[in-house]
Parts: sequence; C-alpha cells; structure tokens
Amino acid sequence: MTGLWTLFYKELLRFWKVSLQTILSPLVTTLLYLLIFSHVLEAHVQVYPGVNYTVFLIPGLVMMAMLQNAFSNSSSSLIQSKMNGSIVFMLLPPLAYWEFYTAYVAASVVRGAVVGLGVGLAGLWFAPVSLAHPLWALAFALLGCAMLGAAGIISSLWAENYDQMAAVQNFIVVPLTFLSGVFYSIHSLPPFWQAVSRANPFFYLIDGFRYGFFGVSDVSPQLAIVIVAACFLALSLATLLLLESGYKLRK
Amino acid sequence: MNLVTPAAIEIHQVHKRFGSVEALRGIDLTVHQGEFFALLGPNGAGKSTLINILAGLARADSGRLAVLGHDVRADYRQARRALGVVPQELVYDAFFTVREMLRFQSGYFGIRNNNSWIDELLEHLALTDKADAYVRHLSGGMKRRVLVAQALVHKPPVIVLDEPTAGVDVELRQSLWAFIQRLNRQGHTIVLTTHYIEEAEALCNRVAMLKQGQVVALDTTANLLNRHTAIQLRLKLEPACLPDSLQRLSCGRDGEIFKLSLNRHAELEGVLATLREAGVGVADMELLRPDLEDVFLELVTA
Repeated sequence: MTGLWTLFYKELLRFWKVSLQTILSPLVTTLLYLLIFSHVLEAHVQVYPGVNYTVFLIPGLVMMAMLQNAFSNSSSSLIQSKMNGSIVFMLLPPLAYWEFYTAYVAASVVRGAVVGLGVGLAGLWFAPVSLAHPLWALAFALLGCAMLGAAGIISSLWAENYDQMAAVQNFIVVPLTFLSGVFYSIHSLPPFWQAVSRANPFFYLIDGFRYGFFGVSDVSPQLAIVIVAACFLALSLATLLLLESGYKLRK
Repeated sequence: MNLVTPAAIEIHQVHKRFGSVEALRGIDLTVHQGEFFALLGPNGAGKSTLINILAGLARADSGRLAVLGHDVRADYRQARRALGVVPQELVYDAFFTVREMLRFQSGYFGIRNNNSWIDELLEHLALTDKADAYVRHLSGGMKRRVLVAQALVHKPPVIVLDEPTAGVDVELRQSLWAFIQRLNRQGHTIVLTTHYIEEAEALCNRVAMLKQGQVVALDTTANLLNRHTAIQLRLKLEPACLPDSLQRLSCGRDGEIFKLSLNRHAELEGVLATLREAGVGVADMELLRPDLEDVFLELVTA
C-alpha cells in the first residue's frame, strides 16, 4: 500500500503547494457569488418556507465549490503530467490501476472537502446555517467529490491538450453545476426545464446535500442518494476500465 | 528459459505497429545478467519503442518480454521492480524538489525510508547541493542526472538508459559513466542506447544494432569490430606508385597517400614484402583500426 499512499500524498502536496490557486481562489469566487446573490435576492426570494434566501444559497454554493474543485484536482494534475511527460514517473513503477484511481479520487475528495469547508465556515459569517441531518450532508459531499474526481480522471485521460481539458470544464462541468439548482429550487422552473434538471445528476447532489441542512428537498434524499451512488459507481467503473486498458497512457 | 538464473532481459518475437508503420518486426534479444549491453540504431530504428514496451509504457502487438523471468504484462509488478529506466525525454514535475521527487519515486516502488540511499545517489550524481532545489530550476545536465537518480531509487538489478548522456557535458559524462560502471561491477545489468557510438564501444561487452525494427547485428563488441570492417592501411610511397599486384587491395587515394584495405593484420607483412620486391620505399605508414561507428554505418547503410 506504500505506493498508493505515496501517490495520494504527492497529490495532496501538489495542490497544497499552489493553495492560493487551488483553495483560496475558489473560496473567494464562491463567496463573491454569495455576497452578490444574497444582496440582490434576499429581500425578494424565499425558496423554502421559513428559510432565508442566503441560508438557502449557502449549501448549494458549498456543494458547487466542492464539485468543481474535486473535478479540477484530478483533471488538472493528470493533464499536466500527461502534457509535460512526468506521467512516466507514475507509469514506470509497479502501481496498480486501482491504486492510481484511489489515490487521485481520494486527493480530489480532500481538495473538494477543504474548499467546501472553507466556503461553509465563511458562509456562517453571512448567515447562521444549521445541519439538520449531518450524515446525509456528509454522504452527499463525499459521493459528489468522489464522483467528480473520477470524472476528472476520465476527462484528462481523454483530453489531448489543455484546450480540450478546458472545454470539458467550461462546457460540461460548469453548466451542469450552475443548472443544478444551486441558486433556485427546480420547482420554480417551467415543467420542461424541471424535467431537464432531473436528468442532471448534479441536481440530486445539490438537492440531497441541502436536505442535510434543512430537512427539506425537491426529491426524497433516499432517491437522490441511490441516483448519486449509481452515477459514482458507473463513473468509477469506467475510470477503472480505462486505466486498466492503458487508454491514452500506455501506447 | 533457465529458471535458476533467468536472463536479465528476454525478448521474443516482439512486433509493434503504429498505424501503417511497422515499428518492430519480430525482435529476438536476450541480455544476460551482469552484461553491459548497447542497443544502437539510427533514429526511428525502434530502440525507444522496444524500451517503452519493456518498461510497460507501451504494449506489444505480439511477442513476449520478461525482466529477470517476470513477464512484463502478466507479472508486471515484479518485472517493474526489477527494472530501472532512464527515459530519453528530459521530463520533470514542476511542483517538486529533487529530494521530494526521489522520495515519491521510492514510495511508488514500495520503499518507505530510503533517505540514506537517496543521499548516496545524490552524492554520486553530484546533486547533493541541489537536493532541495526545484527540478525546474536545474540545468539540462542536472535534470538528466535527476532522471538517473529516479531510475535507481529502488536499486533495480536491470538498468536501462535511453540516451543518458545527451546534453550532458564531457566531465559529467565521465563521472556518470564511472558511476554506471561501478553499478555494473556490483552486478547490475546495464542496457544503454546512445548516439555516441564511441561510448558504446568503450563501455559495452555486447551490442545489438537495430534497423527498421529488426536486429541486424547482435554480437560482442570485439567480434563486431573484427567481423565487419576491414583495417585501413595508409601508405606514403617513394616513388609514388602502387605495384599492380597490390591494386586489388586499393580503396582509393588521398593526395599522395595510398589507401589499402586489409582483412587481417597478418596481411600487412605480405604488402610490405611486395613493396620491397618492387623497389618501392615506405616514407610513412598508418594503420586505422575500424571502430564501432564504421560497423554501424556499414550495417545501417547496407
């Protein structure tokens, strides 16, 4: 297991060494969203009865930051290693494909959790948020980060340059997180867009995570966790199969 | 295959194709334990492809490769533990220092506390004072030595160096080879590819030459030198004329120097006797031994 631990530690050290960019910068961006949206909308919008809009917004923003950063962590680390060739240092040793998967996903979970925790704690300064069901929130947080960590591996294996990698991030991951109900409840949408939102797995992550805070959600947390777990398993299986086959790594 | 002492490297009928290019066409090669072995060939001959397949960076279309008897696919963990590879590309991870890179590399090979060996490696490769420098800040020659250190962190019994001295200055090249030779004396098997053929000639016991994905020569360095290229005899004669009976040996003229091609040193005596009988004096004489570069050129252009 030394190989797995080393790779995991290397991945942690990598993002820690550039923490201005990997932790502080997403933290600040997310808090700007919070500041602006809560200022503009707080007086006008109440999504759940008795829940102030800023309080409603915070869990969504925490989850959004976690998902985007978990994805960024594995994807940017791997694409950089691929592009500058230092991936050979991980391909020459006797590391198994599942160790590779575990180390990268675990590091993504840690990065997502650190950023999410930062956003959550800073959010307390804006509004008091309490956790009605902490274990539900934790389960959705961990599954969400792990799912996006795996998605980051798949994307960076597929991408052949930074441009393609950025395209996945900007045209798939960011829209899916923004359109998942971070800023609103999907019940406020027209029926068609409600149906579209239900096809977005990120919706279940945000909705389930929010249930952990308020005990209220658009769909039942049981259904959400089953869908999220299924997505996580499917992405993990795909990642493991790609890694085992040496897809775009071992010619 | 002998199970008691397996070959350091066993390559059997390895084929590899990239699209329409047949990079390797049935390579058979055995490198014995303790050998200092050179893999030579022009660019595109398939040397790096072969090394990549051996190291697991690429996969063969067919054929079998083993390191110390461990199949590189079925038994990849053991095969990779037995193998240390210095890649040709000058790659590094911009995030880490030399020591961090070496610690990570040790960990990937399952070694936890490797500091004393890492210190020893740094000293032998003249990197001690750069241990805490970021690799991206080092010169090309130093980066190359970091790659060598990374390949050796797990003390691999079989070491493959793909163009290890490219971009390394003469003094460092000497110390690098002294270090590698010491490892060889300690029992490590060394395989190298190099563009500096004189290096291969000076260091290696055996040589394989690759051309267009095939092994075109495989022999001891001494045999290759003896077998392939004639010895060149350069003569300045007085009077400046070559007797008819020696014309068959002539391989051209360089100003007033006559060039003769001999197969063996023993033929020299006959040439001198013929000249004496013909009343031609020898004003100056030089014997040029063939070097590996001549053999290489002869085989590659054949």
